[in-house]
Amino acid sequence: MSSNISNAQAYWKENLRIIMTYLVIWFVVSYGCGILFVDALDKIQFFGFPLGFWFAQQGSIYVFLGLIWAYVFSMNKLDEKYDVHE
Amino acid sequence: MSLDLLTYLFIGGSFALYIGIAIWARAGSTKEFYVAGGGVPPIANGMATAADWMSAASFISLAGIVSFIGRDGTAYLMGWTGGYVLLAMLLAPYLRKFGKFTVPDFVGDRYYSNTARTIAVICTIVISFTYVAGQMRGVGIVFSRYLHVDINTGVIIGMAIVFFYAVLGGMKGITYTQVAQYCVLILAFMVPAIFLSMQVTGHFLPQTGLGATLENGKSVLTTLNELSVELGFAEYTAGKKTTIDIFFLTAALMCGTAGLPHVIVRFFTVPRVKDARLSAGWALIFIAILYTTVPAVAGFGRVNLIQTINGQDNAGVEYAEMPSWFKNWENAGLIAWTDKNGDGKVHYSAGDAFAGKPAFGEGRGASGERVTTNPTEGVNEVYVDRDIMVLANPEIAQLPNWVIALVAAGAVAAALSTAAGLLLVISTAISHDLMKKTINPNITDKQELMYARLAAVVAILIAGYFGINPPGFVAQVVALAFGLAASSVFPAIIMGIFSTRMNTQGAVAGMMVGLVSTMTYIIYFKFMGGSADQWILGISPEGFGTVGMILNFVVAYVVSSMTPPPPAEIQHIVEDIRIPRGAGTAHAH
Repeated sequence: MSSNISNAQAYWKENLRIIMTYLVIWFVVSYGCGILFVDALDKIQFFGFPLGFWFAQQGSIYVFLGLIWAYVFSMNKLDEKYDVHE
Repeated sequence: MSLDLLTYLFIGGSFALYIGIAIWARAGSTKEFYVAGGGVPPIANGMATAADWMSAASFISLAGIVSFIGRDGTAYLMGWTGGYVLLAMLLAPYLRKFGKFTVPDFVGDRYYSNTARTIAVICTIVISFTYVAGQMRGVGIVFSRYLHVDINTGVIIGMAIVFFYAVLGGMKGITYTQVAQYCVLILAFMVPAIFLSMQVTGHFLPQTGLGATLENGKSVLTTLNELSVELGFAEYTAGKKTTIDIFFLTAALMCGTAGLPHVIVRFFTVPRVKDARLSAGWALIFIAILYTTVPAVAGFGRVNLIQTINGQDNAGVEYAEMPSWFKNWENAGLIAWTDKNGDGKVHYSAGDAFAGKPAFGEGRGASGERVTTNPTEGVNEVYVDRDIMVLANPEIAQLPNWVIALVAAGAVAAALSTAAGLLLVISTAISHDLMKKTINPNITDKQELMYARLAAVVAILIAGYFGINPPGFVAQVVALAFGLAASSVFPAIIMGIFSTRMNTQGAVAGMMVGLVSTMTYIIYFKFMGGSADQWILGISPEGFGTVGMILNFVVAYVVSSMTPPPPAEIQHIVEDIRIPRGAGTAHAH
C-alpha cells in the first residue's frame, strides 16, 4: 500500500514537471512572441510576414497544436512507466 | 442552377442528414442523454468538440473582426485556441477520471457543498444562455439573406431542427450530428478561402498565401498596410490596443474557453483518461484548420472589399456600377452609403460614416441608394457591417454560385451545432444538477430523463425568443460569458484538482469574489456608461475576467488557509482523480 502511495506521488510530481515545461513554452510563444515582444519581432521579415504578426496570428496556433500532441505522447509514456494506464 | 435553388438544396440536404443521424442515435437512458453513453471515439469527439466550439461567431464574425481591426484581432485568434492547451493539460484528463456528468457535479462533490454546486449551476446557465441567443440570431441572418424568408421564420426553422435532434438524441444525437456539421462547416469555410487565395496570390494554402507577393511586387500585408494608411486607417499589422489590454483580454479568453461548461462536458463522453487528452489534441487540429485560415480570409477579404468599393484607382466607383452583392446587403441593412461629397461615387475610408448603425429612411436617394437619416460630418461615405465579411466574400470575389450556397449551409451548421451543445448543457444543469442533486434526489432515471427533455424544450423556446427579439446587448454579454467562465468556474476546477487543501469556504469565497468583481466591472462599463478613461490599469471590460480570476485564486487561498482542511475522503478523491487507471465510464453516483 505504502509503495502504491509513493508511486502515485512520484507519478504526480513528474506529471507536474511535464505540464510546467509545456506551459512555459505556451506562455513564451503566445504572450511573449505574440504580445509582449511583438513590436521587436515585427522588424524581422518571415515569408512575407512581420515575424511578430506571424507568431500572433499563425505561429502560436501551430505551437499550441504541437504542445498538446507532445503532452499526449509524454503522458502515455509516463502512464506506462508508472503502470497506471488503463 | 440559380443561387436560390442551390441554397435550398445545400441547406435542405444538410438538414436531412442531421435528422437522419438523430433518428439513428436516439438516447434511451440518462447516461446516453448526458454523455452519449461514454463510448465516443476520441477522433469523433475531437470533431464534435470543434463543431460545438466553433459557433456562428467563429464562422461568420471572426474573420470580419480580424479584417476590420487587423493585429488587435490576435487576442481572439490566440485566446480561442490557446485555451485548449490549458484544457488538455489542466482539466480534461482529471475531470474525465472523476467521471460524473456535469461541471456543477464536480464543483458540488469536490467541495462537498450544495452552495458551491448552486453557484456553478447559475454560472453554467448564464454563460450558456448568453451564447445561445447569438446562435439563433446567426441562423436567422443566413435564412433571411439567402432564402428570402422572414428572419423570424428562419429562427423558427432553426429551432425546429435543433429541437428534433437535441430533445430526441441528447448528447448521443448531438455528438454524431456535430461530426456531420463539422464536415459541412469546415468545407464551407475552406473552399472559398482556397478559391480566394488562388485568385489573389496563386497559393493553394491560404495560410502561406497571406505572406505571398502580389503582382505589384509587394506582399499582401504590405499592400494592406499601404491601402489602410492611404484611406486614413491605422496600419493593418500595427495594433491600436495597449499591450496590457491585449494581454489581459487574451488571458480572459483562454481561461474562459477552458472554463466553458459546454466544452468541458464533451470530455466526459470518451471511454478512458488517455482518450480525453487525445480528444483535446484532435479538437485543436480541427479548430486550427479554421483558425489559421481566418487571418488569410480577413486579409484577402479586406483587399477585395476596398478595391471593389473604391475601384483600382482608389477614387471611388459610381453607385450604379456597384456589383449586386453591394445592393443585396444594402437591402438587408448591413451596408449603407450616403453621397457626402455629391459626386455620385461610392468611396470608403476611415471614420464612422453614420452615427452608430445606419438608420434608414423611406425611399431612394439621387443615385438610387437607400436613404439614410444619420450620416456624420466625416468624409467616409460607407458603412460595412463586420458580420458580412465571410458571407459576402465569395460574392465579392465572384466565386461560383455553389460556393455561395455552401457558405450559407456552413454558417447554419456552425450556429446549430453550438446551439445544440449549449441547450444540452442548460437542460442537464436543470434536470441533473437542480432536480436530481439539489431538489429531489429520489426521482428515477426515467423521470430524470423526462425532466431533461422538458428542460431542453423550454431552453429552445427561450433561445428562440431571444433570436426573434434579440436583446440589444448580445454583443456586450459575450464578454460576460467569458469573464464569468474565467473568473468563477475555471479557478474552482483548477484548485479542486491541483490542491488537496482547498476547502468549501475557500472555493465559495473565491467564486463569489471572482463573480461579483467581474460582473460589477462589466455591468458598470457596458450598461451604466462608464468611459474608457476610467478603466483600471487600462483593462477593458472584456479582459477583466483575468483580474477576477486572479482575485478568485488569492481569496480562495487566503480563506482556505484560515479554515479547516477538507475531510479525508475528499482528499482521497483528489488523489484518485490524479491517477488515470480505473476511470470506468461516467456514472451518476
